Amino acid sequence: MASGVLALRRDAAGIAVAAALAALILGTLAAVAWQARGLSALQSWDWRAVWFTIWQAALSAALSAGLAVPVARAFARRRFPGRALLVTLLGAPFILPVIVAIMGLIAVFGRTGAINEALRAVGIGEFSVYGWQGVVLAHVFFNLPLSIRLILQGWQSIPVERFRLADSLGFGPADTARHLEWPMLRGVLPGIWLAVFLVCLTSFTVALALGGGPAATTVELAIYQAFRFDFDLGRAAALGLVQIALSLGALVLSRRMATAVAFGTGLDLAHGPVGPRGWRRAMDAVAILAAALFLLCPIGAVILQGLPRIPDLPTEVWAATLRSICMALISASIAAALCLALALTIAKTSNGWLEAAGMLPLVASPLVLGTGLFIMLRAHVAIDDLALPVTALINAVMALPFGLRALIPAARSLRADYGRLADSLNMTGLARLRLLTLPRLAAPLGFSTGLAAALAMGDLGVIALFATDQPTLPLKLYQLMNSYRMTDASACAVLLMSISFALFWLFDRGGRLA
Amino acid sequence: MLDLRGLRLMRNGFQFAADLSIEPGARIAVIGPSGSGKSTLLSVIGGFLAPDAGSVAWQGADLSAVSPGQRPVSFLFQDQNLFPHLTIGQNIGLGLRPDLRLNRRQREDVEHVIAQVGLQGMSTRRPAELSGGQQSRVALARVLLRARPILLLDEPFAALGPALKAEMLKLLGDIATRTDATVLMVTHDPADARSFADRTILVDDGKVHPPAPTNELLESPPPGLRAYLGQ
Repeated sequence: MASGVLALRRDAAGIAVAAALAALILGTLAAVAWQARGLSALQSWDWRAVWFTIWQAALSAALSAGLAVPVARAFARRRFPGRALLVTLLGAPFILPVIVAIMGLIAVFGRTGAINEALRAVGIGEFSVYGWQGVVLAHVFFNLPLSIRLILQGWQSIPVERFRLADSLGFGPADTARHLEWPMLRGVLPGIWLAVFLVCLTSFTVALALGGGPAATTVELAIYQAFRFDFDLGRAAALGLVQIALSLGALVLSRRMATAVAFGTGLDLAHGPVGPRGWRRAMDAVAILAAALFLLCPIGAVILQGLPRIPDLPTEVWAATLRSICMALISASIAAALCLALALTIAKTSNGWLEAAGMLPLVASPLVLGTGLFIMLRAHVAIDDLALPVTALINAVMALPFGLRALIPAARSLRADYGRLADSLNMTGLARLRLLTLPRLAAPLGFSTGLAAALAMGDLGVIALFATDQPTLPLKLYQLMNSYRMTDASACAVLLMSISFALFWLFDRGGRLA
Repeated sequence: MLDLRGLRLMRNGFQFAADLSIEPGARIAVIGPSGSGKSTLLSVIGGFLAPDAGSVAWQGADLSAVSPGQRPVSFLFQDQNLFPHLTIGQNIGLGLRPDLRLNRRQREDVEHVIAQVGLQGMSTRRPAELSGGQQSRVALARVLLRARPILLLDEPFAALGPALKAEMLKLLGDIATRTDATVLMVTHDPADARSFADRTILVDDGKVHPPAPTNELLESPPPGLRAYLGQ
């Protein structure tokens, strides 16, 4: 009994974090549900948003997964200089601020962009980057790289002996596809489609910047509009309920399918199938080149336009930059502390409830959490004072599932390898944290913290909801865009992107060197 | 006296039972087939496993509520006896203070035992820079420094070659003598039992037999042990 109490006290940190997390998320959801009082506040406009949310997510996921197949195949069977670098770059969109990518897409696909110049030159009509097609385009931009990496992993999971066997049996490319590649794709594609579908379901920034209007409003955007422009809390809350139902539905669906992990590693393999020659070689080159251009041109365009302008940015941009960095660092510190406490307790107790609490943020969307927190706190705090603390907190919470995915396995093997030795030497409390836990978990902890910092730095969700006279850098960028100061906005985007990547790099690198 | 009073443990249909006493200062080998419960015995004494019934007592004091690190026990595991990110000196110093805030006297003690196990000048190296035998010496140096009255070893030298193993057993013997330790050593090798321990505990299918003279036990083994030894 005494040892039971003792054990409980030592797990207290993790249990407290899980309980606080559950209280925060379930509490805000309850506040939303209470405020909503059913779905009667929803109008036909809102149901159109629900319908758009579902079909754009389905289409974006199908396009991302489908287009990724030829590119992943090309990466799997070709070796060329720069291949490793390109595959690494495919991981970058995960921490690229959404608003930066949108700037890039507007630069390339917008009215005055290269694509429309070319279309006009040959006399075909214009492509508008605004509207549903813009939303889908941006979603493909973000999720194509992720899908390529995940499918590439699938390709690499086929044992090279199978390809050798296929060669020895005289298989042509069509036979290899039928007997080796299609079975693999049938296994991985549904999971990848679902992962992208889930991400696109809670899309806010993309819809805010490129969508809007009756034909291209997501539920998240509708929450924002109900909250911000109509100040109709009941409707915002009812929409929040719908959003939760959508996320829950997709999560339940994903439990039934083997889902892919959030970010594939997909790096190099020394051995691998030898690619067929002839026209297939040219086709692979086109696939890789097209994907690289599609992903790199928008970023390149922003850099070209924005970089020279950075020295002339107005002072309020620098103030916003400083504010954002502070907020991101605070948010990352909260995320790291929560993540570490939770991962250590989960590794120790293997308690399914604690792990479920850590994954709860996947059910909640930032806007739903923001709305719920506002409903709960509005009587006590002024909205302007809420903006930054709530943004820091929600971003920390939203980063948790990703951080936990890196930290839980590491904490488990730390415990398996050195738990008994540390126990036998009576290493407890702070001494154990300082001498064993932090040094051994520095690498995954640095990665998780870097991820949280970059995500918080680039986030334009909650802060837009509370939009204040103290904007963060992404919000400032969005305001500049809205007032058509595109060069300043580009300069902001370069700044924002550099800081996001730098924050991630610093923590990740620092963790690995420690 | 180390008393195991009515120890019972059930795990996935495996039943473990031990009821015996061990004299202070005894050197005892623990032998038996894989999965018979040798490691379970050591884990219960070390406090890593709580028995369903019964208790472990040292010099009359019940250890049930005492955490592993506060028991009068030093433990050498099969592997992972050293933290790879800490230096040799730090790994040994942990035996004096788990937070490593050592005073000058304690730092001298650490250097002293490093010299005693023949690793002079290596205190700032990390385990990966040492050979397997040297790593075992470091772990033994920490045992020497901690000087706990009970020493539990779970095949710590199994990965070493015969000559190195003999050397380690000798060093272990010296350390046990100097610290007056009661030693229980799990081993797969009857020769280890013969050379190190005058008495041996046989563990067979979860049943822990009382210590018996090693030579007699190995010369006329009961059926379970005979099958294990391949006689």
